[in-house]
Amino acid sequence: MKELEYTDWVRIAKSPSFIELHRKKTRFLFGWWICSVLFFFTIPLGAGYLPDLFRYKVIGNINFAYVLVIFTFFASWYLSIRYMRWANRVSDPLTAHVVEELAARRDSAGSVAQPMAHT
Amino acid sequence: MKRLSHIVALAVALTMLAVAVPAVSFAAGPAALEGNRAITVTMFLIVIAITLGIVIWAARRTRTTSDFYAAGSAITGVQNGFAIAGDFCSAATFLGVAGLISLFGFDGLYWSIGPMMAFVTILLLIAEPCRNLGKYTVGDILSFRASPVPVRASIAIVTVVLSIMYLILQMVGAGRLMQLLLGIPYQVSVVGVGILMIGYVMFGGMIATTWVQIIKACLLMFGGLILFILVGVKVGFNPFALFSDVAGSQAIRDWVQTAVMKDAVPRAGFDYGQRFLEPGLFMSNPWDQLANCIGFLLGTAGMPHILMRFFTVPDAKAARKSVVVAMFLIGGFFIMTAFSGFGAALFVTPQLIAKVDPGGNMANLLLAKIIGSEIAPWVGDVLMAFLCAVAFATILAVVSGVVLAGAGGISHDIWVSIVRKGKADQREQLIAAKITSVFVGIGGILIAMASEKQNVAHVGIIAFGVAASGNFPAVILSLFWRKMSTAGICAALLFGTVGAVGLVLVSPTMQYPKVIAASAQKIVTTLEKKQVDGAVLTEKELASLAKARDDYAKNRDGTSILGLDKPLYPMKNPGIASVPLGFLAAIVFSLLFPNKREEKAFDEVYVRQNTGIGISRALEH
Repeated sequence: MKELEYTDWVRIAKSPSFIELHRKKTRFLFGWWICSVLFFFTIPLGAGYLPDLFRYKVIGNINFAYVLVIFTFFASWYLSIRYMRWANRVSDPLTAHVVEELAARRDSAGSVAQPMAHT
Repeated sequence: MKRLSHIVALAVALTMLAVAVPAVSFAAGPAALEGNRAITVTMFLIVIAITLGIVIWAARRTRTTSDFYAAGSAITGVQNGFAIAGDFCSAATFLGVAGLISLFGFDGLYWSIGPMMAFVTILLLIAEPCRNLGKYTVGDILSFRASPVPVRASIAIVTVVLSIMYLILQMVGAGRLMQLLLGIPYQVSVVGVGILMIGYVMFGGMIATTWVQIIKACLLMFGGLILFILVGVKVGFNPFALFSDVAGSQAIRDWVQTAVMKDAVPRAGFDYGQRFLEPGLFMSNPWDQLANCIGFLLGTAGMPHILMRFFTVPDAKAARKSVVVAMFLIGGFFIMTAFSGFGAALFVTPQLIAKVDPGGNMANLLLAKIIGSEIAPWVGDVLMAFLCAVAFATILAVVSGVVLAGAGGISHDIWVSIVRKGKADQREQLIAAKITSVFVGIGGILIAMASEKQNVAHVGIIAFGVAASGNFPAVILSLFWRKMSTAGICAALLFGTVGAVGLVLVSPTMQYPKVIAASAQKIVTTLEKKQVDGAVLTEKELASLAKARDDYAKNRDGTSILGLDKPLYPMKNPGIASVPLGFLAAIVFSLLFPNKREEKAFDEVYVRQNTGIGISRALEH
């Protein structure tokens, strides 16, 4: 099987389907990650700077801090399932599309250029 | 012939164990942990036998380097999910987190939510790109477009250092555990665990390691479930009752007042019981706690032996599934240990837990014994023995994975790729990998033996700090930033590692005798003043006074390991400073020493990590 060379990779990287894939992925992955991290950071900082809020007893002896902790667990689980669903629906088909395009192009390419040695 | 040699190895190992265990004179452990030795030893031997069986089975299937490092990439997503959960839930997690919660209340929970967020990070940013881009090690990922020699050398060194630190943590834990529970001298346990671990890795490679992790994960879940049920039955499965009982417990009140807040006399109107349920008892500085969270968030994602797990599955989609499975397992496990931690505080009392082990690591075991014994004395013994064996299996599994990661760094990154320039056949690669495993294992044994009396808590902080400040920036920027160059990778690794290690060595995590003396002096002054004012001290207060005077006398002239009187860096965790330092170094050095070829190669890296085109697959047998 022919090794892809530099020009191939650049062509894929500039192709509209790859650009769409990478843009959608970046938005979803980094967007959700940054949201999660910012939420996560409010717990230690809030515990230190808003002690009255965090010590506020919500039910019985359970205070607001525990509510946030429980939320973290369920939110992480929810996010993981949500990502799997999104990947199945959006990024996996787009990825498959990019791979198909590559295969189609190479089938119709005909003669083969020498692959560059990769360090 | 090969099969015979494996059977011989197994026979030798079992014989050694059978001889060593009764031959050692059993010192009496603390009365609280007196279990039934016969049951405990039997459980341990069963665990060893099962895991050795797995190793032999795996040894027959390990023929290529792909098998040895990556289990032939034939592990399924679900299996790998269990393996990751097993890998992450080390003895530190099983025993240590519950211990922290039982001694310090809410703050122990940071050790639970931190990892959950870490796996969110891994799920979204790390797992799939790494599987798409790498082959066996983190070095493969980093050196994809960068110059292999400096990068592989740097990451191999960092990986070995991290492996040895992780090994120390686990093996010191194992040594102390065996000493407390079975009376086996520390040194003997460390050597025993070390020999087993070397054997597992050498003969079984990643296949054995993976399956031991999977089985151990199941055992761990089961153990956690047992503890959860025990506590649940006692409080009628009513979490509100559990928490109100905890807040109302006199023992916990005393503990918070004297041991944690160090109030010689109780403050008027202060609810010490409820304070136990509030944040801030372990780390009072919120920025320190934030740094701790950052350490988990990024450090787990940079840990070589965790990253290595992603190469054992066939493709990125399986890697994704394995992280999701792991998240559910780990999350469930942490919820159970949260309950067992609070349950231990309530039913065992922090005082007893701390007396047996000041780090709190025996909390879960004591809980099992005490509640189990209420059903029948033998139930307590059996449960405790079972959990000990599970903890032991956990340690064995984790150390095997860690040795493999370290060995991978040296043999795959340095020997095969740098020294032999990639020109080594399968047989040589396998031999190099196995020999390296032996040496990494021996290194771990020796250092663990030397660490018998050390408080090794700071080792964990350093390890996660290094992974978060060095490895994580190096990996994430290599995957996502066009201008990342060889200089940037090496700078991130160097500055991140040195920064994390250096800051911890001058942080409050180390022991500063003069600081201990100063706080002891405060207690002495308060109590003496009370005496002078004519009050009669209670028996508890007299004991505190005596202890404080003693602490003061012992510590007034000491210095830390580095010769410091007091910490230079105010926080226990270096993350706030060392992580930005690592990122900054990566960015600055990449911009100062750019590399046109590497910049051009980014397209290939970016396409590959996103799509999986050209992914390295398992070799066909």
